[in-house]
Amino acid sequence: MATLSDEVEMLRKIPLFAAIDPGKLKLLAFASSRKVYKPGQDLFKQGEIGDAAYVIVDGVADVVVEAEAGEIVVANLGQNEFIGEISILCDVPRTATVRAAEELQTLKIKKEHFLGLVTQVPDLGVEVMRELASRLSKTTAELGEARRELSALKTG
Amino acid sequence: MERNLLKYVWKHSRSDQLWMLVVILASMPTYFLSLELPKRIVNEPIQGVGFENPGDTEFFLQVHLPFGETLFGRPIMLFQGFELERIGFLWALSIAFLALVIANGLFKLYINTYKGRMGERILRRLRYELFDRVLRYPLSRFRRTRASEIASMIKDEVEPMGEFIGDAFTQPLFLGGQALVALLFIFLQNVYLGIATIIVISFQAWLIPILRRRLIELGKQRQIAARQFAGRLGEVVEGIQEAHTNDTTNYERAEMTSILGRLFFIRFELFQRKFSVKFINNLLIQFLSFFFYAVGGYLAIRGTLDIGQLLGVIVAYKDLPAPVRGLIDHDQKRLTVEVRYAQIIEQFTGDELQPKQLHAIPEDGVPRIKSGYDVQRLGVEDESGSKLIETATVAIGKTEKVAVIGGFGSGASAFAEVLARVQLATSGRITLDDVPLEEQPEYVIGRRISFLDGSTYFPQGSVFDTLTYVLKNQPNDPDAADAKIDSLTKLERRRSANFDVEYDTDWIDYERAGVTNQEELTEKLREILTDVNMEEDIRALGLRGSLDPEEFPELAAALLEARNIFRDRLVELGFDEFVEPFDPDKYNTQSSVGENLLFGTAVTKGFEPDSLPGNEMIRKILDDNNLHSPLFEMGKEVASTTLELFGDLDPENPFFDQLNYMNPEDLPLYREVLSNIGDKELANVSEKQRVLIMRLSLSYIEEQNKLGLLTDEMQNKIVEARKLLREKLMALPVMPIAFYETETYNSAASIQDNVLLGRVSNTVAEGYERVTASIRDLLDELELTDDVFRMGLTFNIGSGGKRLSETQRQKLHLARALLKCPDILVANQPLNSLGSREQADMIKMVFDRINASSDENKMGIIWAPMQTALAEMFDRILIFEDGELVEDGTAKEIVSESARFKELTG
Repeated sequence: MATLSDEVEMLRKIPLFAAIDPGKLKLLAFASSRKVYKPGQDLFKQGEIGDAAYVIVDGVADVVVEAEAGEIVVANLGQNEFIGEISILCDVPRTATVRAAEELQTLKIKKEHFLGLVTQVPDLGVEVMRELASRLSKTTAELGEARRELSALKTG
Repeated sequence: MERNLLKYVWKHSRSDQLWMLVVILASMPTYFLSLELPKRIVNEPIQGVGFENPGDTEFFLQVHLPFGETLFGRPIMLFQGFELERIGFLWALSIAFLALVIANGLFKLYINTYKGRMGERILRRLRYELFDRVLRYPLSRFRRTRASEIASMIKDEVEPMGEFIGDAFTQPLFLGGQALVALLFIFLQNVYLGIATIIVISFQAWLIPILRRRLIELGKQRQIAARQFAGRLGEVVEGIQEAHTNDTTNYERAEMTSILGRLFFIRFELFQRKFSVKFINNLLIQFLSFFFYAVGGYLAIRGTLDIGQLLGVIVAYKDLPAPVRGLIDHDQKRLTVEVRYAQIIEQFTGDELQPKQLHAIPEDGVPRIKSGYDVQRLGVEDESGSKLIETATVAIGKTEKVAVIGGFGSGASAFAEVLARVQLATSGRITLDDVPLEEQPEYVIGRRISFLDGSTYFPQGSVFDTLTYVLKNQPNDPDAADAKIDSLTKLERRRSANFDVEYDTDWIDYERAGVTNQEELTEKLREILTDVNMEEDIRALGLRGSLDPEEFPELAAALLEARNIFRDRLVELGFDEFVEPFDPDKYNTQSSVGENLLFGTAVTKGFEPDSLPGNEMIRKILDDNNLHSPLFEMGKEVASTTLELFGDLDPENPFFDQLNYMNPEDLPLYREVLSNIGDKELANVSEKQRVLIMRLSLSYIEEQNKLGLLTDEMQNKIVEARKLLREKLMALPVMPIAFYETETYNSAASIQDNVLLGRVSNTVAEGYERVTASIRDLLDELELTDDVFRMGLTFNIGSGGKRLSETQRQKLHLARALLKCPDILVANQPLNSLGSREQADMIKMVFDRINASSDENKMGIIWAPMQTALAEMFDRILIFEDGELVEDGTAKEIVSESARFKELTG
């Protein structure tokens, strides 16, 4: 059975939280709760209003996007990944469904606790910004790639 | 009702009052003698009158025929008496005096008891009569009067009358008689003293009423202010939610303050005046005393009055103020109570009361509705005189299915209300089965028609009581019920002209619900509740409720079996990872340290979680098992970690919602305690500090608080201590704990918790819901569905039904309207808290029930205001607009041809 200090260690491995003062991280660990999901069980569904973010402690989760053709798995997430933060940061509905691909152990961090921490620890805010910016640049790069491929298909 | 209280009292207690008069008159001679004797004691044996020579004797108890000398010219001796010497005579007189005092006391006791009972009877009669009037008021009356004001009038305002009623006639007689006797006595001793007394008393009698006029006025004001106070108080409590959700608590505070202020000043002035009247009274009486001492003393010195006489006068005079003041007080009370009474009666008259016979219990069966309604030029106004319905003429047959369409203010709702006699017609004529609607007895309207609207105020009671309320019209066997109660209860019931039907008996009319006994009725309820989609809700309530295993031993045994099966299947169901059953040999990590120690639910206060740290028995057990010190250290650890985590957060921080063992405001306290304790050992800390720290360790839950403080060794020790504690507790005469035991049913826990007998970890997503669902399935499988349903019927719905949701209440309302098996169902937006889809399902369900019923039991429906989308299901459609019935036709015609209908459909 994991104790508070184990969970603090777990959180520390996540890049976003790496720079945070151990005291605050301990508070976050205290406030977060462990949730176990069975394979196939959803953590949240696309379109729902988000109320929490999750850290994967063990196991793999699928990120599923619902398209007209049906569900498409767009990514896999593994240990120490942080999921669902966009929805709670920007108050937008969940952009994708996250589903346990195998037995999945997570730490659930409630929206108000996460936001409370961001406002208290400026470093964390910068860290969040950096993470989001890096994702944006990655996504922009991927978008450029996709456009090029699309125009190649059209002309070709 | 009689408008004058004294007349009312006289009317209902004439013979009692006369008997009282007789008793009071009979008590007068003893009273007179008890005044006379002291004079004789002083004069004769003490002063020595008649004992001038040693050896003189007097006759004791010598009785002469009154007025014997005038009638026969010589005294006629009836009894010669006993001849006694001076000392003997003193004893005899003194003992006679004692006997008289006792006789006087006994008279008083008898009179007080008698009139107390008389007063209570009339009070009971008055209260009942007022309540009866409440039941016979037209309903519109209650839209103007606050419920709590009525309650305050019937309960509190009439209360002081009970005391007064007994005294109404007897008190003035008794006191007046006493005063007269005393006065007569004074006169007999000395005419001048008598005259002086009369002058002072008449002056009082003239002055006091003048001073008192303002008192009466104030009394009236106080009554009205107090009633308003009760009314507003009731309103605020009933609407307490509104005060919170609108932040108007301060507005309510201000209003109450102003009402209380008004009340204060009225009461204060009242007291001031009361005491000044008292002061003047006392002064006058004391003036008399001055007069007696000075003038009486002067006369005695001059020898005109002997000392015995003067003493007698002073004794009589001492007794005189009491009756005189009593008379004055009584008169004062009479005035206030009469004003009070008149005030109340005013509130209970003036409206058209329903005649008594409309409320009678029917002699033979209740007639069925044969033809239906006939409405001619109906006009309806509300209390303020604005028109709800201008005119409507329509006939509606008994088994018709009529949808009434119309928006707010169209008159559709008012129309439904008029048909159910909830609202009265102001013009036109409306008949049911050719009898004017207002002349139909309540038993026809109330039993043959079901009225259903959105209001769902249910009094506190079980689900079963709420549903069967509509069947409780008259007791099944009133004579048998009467035979069971004692004759005094019955006699007093009649003496106060209360309702002469016993309450404590079976009132449920099984026949009307189409069943013959309670067993079948339960089945019927299940059928109806299934139809209104509530059967599952009721079973869920059943699982939440508790059960007394002694009352239901078989069910408790079956639930124990369910518990065993559930435990066996934990692995199979995949619950073993997150359901931790209570095992007497294992530490339960989902429960707190304290719970693990007790291993049960507290039945007495001393073992509830809050009291555990200070409990002596727990302390001893911890000491004996070397647990006290480690747990104390653990508590310190919890406190310091908590301070470290939360110490610098402000109390509003969202993180505090995770802190379940300490209040944010306690943090400074714990900081102080920790620094005071420092390195001190358990033995050296104060009791207060110990309790504070132990509270943390006893409420620590390893699985939730995750501080990793409970070693396996500690857990094992706690399990050991648990066993020892159990042995100790078993030796107690009253068990303070209901233990978690696999073989016994725990009556302090809910049915669901009894099957579970363990804890569900919240680490598994939807764990609790899955467990609940599988317990329900298991109980179905074991054929306990019925029992759980039955337990659900006993669920207490709370005051006003507040423990149910609005939707559930509206469905219950519909269910009981159907349970009544009425001839006609009149509905006025009954299901407005349901979604439109569910409303449609409910209406379809009602239609299905009608189709399935036999021809003579076919029910008619008049449903208002119906959504246009659903109106097609009905046979006939009425459309109201601006208070007028504008269209009336078959559903087919209206739907296909009416332009108005199309417009409404949009």
